[in-house]
Amino acid sequence: MEFLNGFVALANFVLIPGVAYGSQLALGALGVTLIYGILRFSNFAHGDTMAFGTMCTILVTWGLQGMGVSLGPLPTALLAIPFGILGCAALILFTDRVVYRFYRAQRVKPVIMVIVSMGVMFIYNGVTRFIIGTEDQNFADGERFLIGAREFRTLTGLDEGLAIRTTQGLTVVTAVIVVAVLFWFLNRTRTGKSMRAYSDNEDLALLSGINPERVVMVTWLIVAALATIAGVLYGLDKSFKPFTYFQLLLPIFAAAIVGGLGSPLGAIAGGFVIAFSEVAITYAWKKVLGYWMPESLAPDSLVQLMSTDYKFAVSFVILLIVLLFRPTGLFRGKSV
Amino acid sequence: MKKMLLATVATALTAGTAYAAAHSSETKIGVILGFTGPIESLTPMMADSAELALKEINESGNFLDGVTLGSVRADSTCVDSAAATAAAERLVTTDGVVAIMGADCSGVTGAVLSNVAVPNGIPMVSPSATSPGLSTAEDNGLFFRTAPSDARQGEVLSGILADKGITSVAVTYTNNDYGKGLSDSFISSFEASGGTVTLNAPHEDNKADYSAEIGALASAGGDLLVVLGYSDSGGKGMIQAALDTGAFDTFMMGDGMYGDALVAELGADMEDSFGAVPWSEGAGADAFKTITDAAGINGESSFTRESYDAAALIALAMMAGGEASSAAVKDNLLAVANGPGEEILPGELGKALQILKDGGEVDYVGATNVELIGPGEAAGSYRYYTIKGGAYETVDFR
Repeated sequence: MEFLNGFVALANFVLIPGVAYGSQLALGALGVTLIYGILRFSNFAHGDTMAFGTMCTILVTWGLQGMGVSLGPLPTALLAIPFGILGCAALILFTDRVVYRFYRAQRVKPVIMVIVSMGVMFIYNGVTRFIIGTEDQNFADGERFLIGAREFRTLTGLDEGLAIRTTQGLTVVTAVIVVAVLFWFLNRTRTGKSMRAYSDNEDLALLSGINPERVVMVTWLIVAALATIAGVLYGLDKSFKPFTYFQLLLPIFAAAIVGGLGSPLGAIAGGFVIAFSEVAITYAWKKVLGYWMPESLAPDSLVQLMSTDYKFAVSFVILLIVLLFRPTGLFRGKSV
Repeated sequence: MKKMLLATVATALTAGTAYAAAHSSETKIGVILGFTGPIESLTPMMADSAELALKEINESGNFLDGVTLGSVRADSTCVDSAAATAAAERLVTTDGVVAIMGADCSGVTGAVLSNVAVPNGIPMVSPSATSPGLSTAEDNGLFFRTAPSDARQGEVLSGILADKGITSVAVTYTNNDYGKGLSDSFISSFEASGGTVTLNAPHEDNKADYSAEIGALASAGGDLLVVLGYSDSGGKGMIQAALDTGAFDTFMMGDGMYGDALVAELGADMEDSFGAVPWSEGAGADAFKTITDAAGINGESSFTRESYDAAALIALAMMAGGEASSAAVKDNLLAVANGPGEEILPGELGKALQILKDGGEVDYVGATNVELIGPGEAAGSYRYYTIKGGAYETVDFR
């Protein structure tokens, strides 16, 4: 019983939040890594692309809610995601047409593309705020919890509660599905293979009859879908505020780099590494050890390795260590 | 022909400006608030309220002969001291403002004060910087605030806990000058009265995830969680995460946590949580509501009253000094803010100007019962509220 209590406490405060947050980061990092792998630049506008896609989804969600459409226990926003992806894709393709294509045609250095993407970031930033405002927007409906902390306590008779939010479940399930589909697409379909060929060697791909503009377009479409899905899942789980999405950029990039830029598998692993390093390393073990240790040995102090102030430092130290020993990231992406 | 047309237009324009300048001159007041950044959802209403006071002054027609007051907005970002300093520098050197209404967050306010206001001799009146550190900052008498110092708020919060008989709490604060100052003053006051703080953990605003902080706080335990943050930012994220994991059910909140959006979203789960917020009741607050409603401004938002008062005080100090200059604001602000004199409520600025013109004295009461103490900061009265049935309910004022 004591052991179970300790385990439940650990699951509630570390394992479940870590897995959900890791999936959110992984979905974001997949988008960043795809752009890096195929279009060869770090897209700083990714966080705000997520915000824009989410905003489109929210607007459609409100429309659906207004018409009385609902998915029962699931959030209505799931129905609106395809529309959000369409809106996001339209914006990205428009940006590519008027901005990125110009620089691509000149074959500019990646660093110039990075700065260009920062410009795009500020514009997206403004557009999103102009349309939906700067405030928090709540668009989640349906059941908030698969199981709530109080419910769990009465159900099991344990002292500790365990809460699993619907959105946490949804995030993990969606992440698995999206990743599976993406891998199938990249490895099994003609378009996917042509994308990988383009990524490996642009000129050779051109010689073998691959249309680069088409590859670029398909990449952006996939990125739009990934960004919107990641953004919506994050927004459902926490809340939607444009400024927070801008801040999400940092852990997402850390995840993509730890895993190896350009490697989809690495993006997923990186997402979990960053999420768990933030949540787990600064965890105070007092409660868990209080259950696991005999009474006499139960700790008085917090048994915290370091204060939560350092959680970002921890993820960046991990990033540094990985880059020192494996400059291309855990999964052999491209070197930065 | 084209050239000649252009020349004519140019002459006409210059003539036009010269004409206007001869008849009335505009004195500019800087409004520096965080229009982007963590409190970007509060600042538009604050700026509107400040500009409402200036508009009232201009429309009364009683202000210094022919002088009108204009406002120039600048972005303090709330968190980026370098950006705020640059923005304030621009206000002073390029726009030529004579006084500054702002800044908002304590950190950037301190930066603007020491880097721009003091070197240039520009007085500042902040509506919302509450860090105790600013009371002792080197300011050459240039810094005033219509919001009370958090040293007082710390005492109020610990007093509420003492009344409720709660002796063990966990604390989280937003990691900036405001949060750190408030948590320090709260904890020293709470521990002096025999309370225990199990863990004092900072949180960063607008971060993606707060599971780590909540995990540590839940391990530390305590009867409730004291949240000293921002209601539309990290503070809300912390409460949300605590509720979701079942770590804490009851919260005590500092002034930055007061917001209608917070109770609208989470109020139902926060039953019996409580907190304190600088508040004013009575004739001044009612009068302010009347004029903001008439002007179509949301005057119920945080720090709108303080913003109106800050701008009004600047204008009245100029009038009392007889010139629209920085020195007039610096020298006369305390005199118009405190008694003796005729009490002035929001919407009566025209009357106040008339009294000052006739050589009388005014005691500006404003929307927040302004009474500036010590180094020119509001004494402050706080509203102690609890959340019942998903809405704020006033317990008392202290």
